[in-house]
Amino acid sequence: MPVLNVNPTRQELNRLKTRLRTSVRGHKLLKDKRDELMKQFMDVVRENRALRRKVEEGLTRANTAFAAAAAVMSPEMLEQAILYPRESVSLEMGFQNVMSVNVPIYSFHTTGSAEGSAAPYGFAATSGELDDAVEALSQVFQDMLRLAEIEKTSQLLAQEIEKTRRRVNALEYVKIPQMEETIKYITMKLDENERASTIRLMKVKDMLLKEAIQERREEDAKAVRTSADAGPTQV
Amino acid sequence: MSEYKIAALGDRDSVLGFRALGLDVFPVEDVEEAKAALRRLARENYAIVYLTEGCAKDMAPEIARYKDALTPAVILIPGREGSLGIGMDAVKTAVERAVGADIL
Repeated sequence: MPVLNVNPTRQELNRLKTRLRTSVRGHKLLKDKRDELMKQFMDVVRENRALRRKVEEGLTRANTAFAAAAAVMSPEMLEQAILYPRESVSLEMGFQNVMSVNVPIYSFHTTGSAEGSAAPYGFAATSGELDDAVEALSQVFQDMLRLAEIEKTSQLLAQEIEKTRRRVNALEYVKIPQMEETIKYITMKLDENERASTIRLMKVKDMLLKEAIQERREEDAKAVRTSADAGPTQV
Repeated sequence: MSEYKIAALGDRDSVLGFRALGLDVFPVEDVEEAKAALRRLARENYAIVYLTEGCAKDMAPEIARYKDALTPAVILIPGREGSLGIGMDAVKTAVERAVGADIL
């Protein structure tokens, strides 16, 4: 893990230590978020699969029924029969917050006459197969709405999980080791500087001491010489 | 809570039935038309777009664009040729994206 490009100073060291603390805490929180999201996601996705299978089955049946209706009626008649719907569907969308992911909640209501069958046509000119087809479709429609809700939820959750997972991994395997390494590097560098200055002081002291001794010796020698010069006259 | 609309997009025979339910139906002839229609619907007030798999199989990038957006929810449905398994694949892709592997 390469060391960050910073000056090895005490200020930088303090700054990095604070950042490391924040990162470790953030990493823990994000990890918790990821785990909880994952739990929610698994539930959603299981329901999604079941619902999708159900809807696909229902729609295949409805399509077959439509094909049958199209076979016995002329295309113009078929189109005319369902051209103008008796009810119109409008959708309300709310939001639910799942681990700070906004997921949609749909509730739909139909406007128009609700009583009787869903078929928007008179029965005189249409065949029974068309009734079956429309009936099959309206049965599966409730599930289709639920499928839309749950599928969008699972997509949004998947996106959020991916994002969170990347963040967790980036912190765990890149950011935090990098900072630890840099902190170590700065500490070593600072210690090294400290040792260097101690040694320098010792050296200076040594030199001063040597100089003092030298001076002292010279003085002594001088004293001995003067006393030697004066000596014989005295004795 | 605000009002949104639901659309069904796909080849004529597959989506016509939804008109009886009161959805807004957009029959398209080919993929290019479907792409344009999807873009238009996304700009308008549509929260759910049901798209037939027959159309969807050739416009995956267009669909992926709306995957991370809140609206519209593009939901694949089997068209008259029956289920092609693309919708199920989308669920699988979501799992792989989240977990990193298909665990179901």
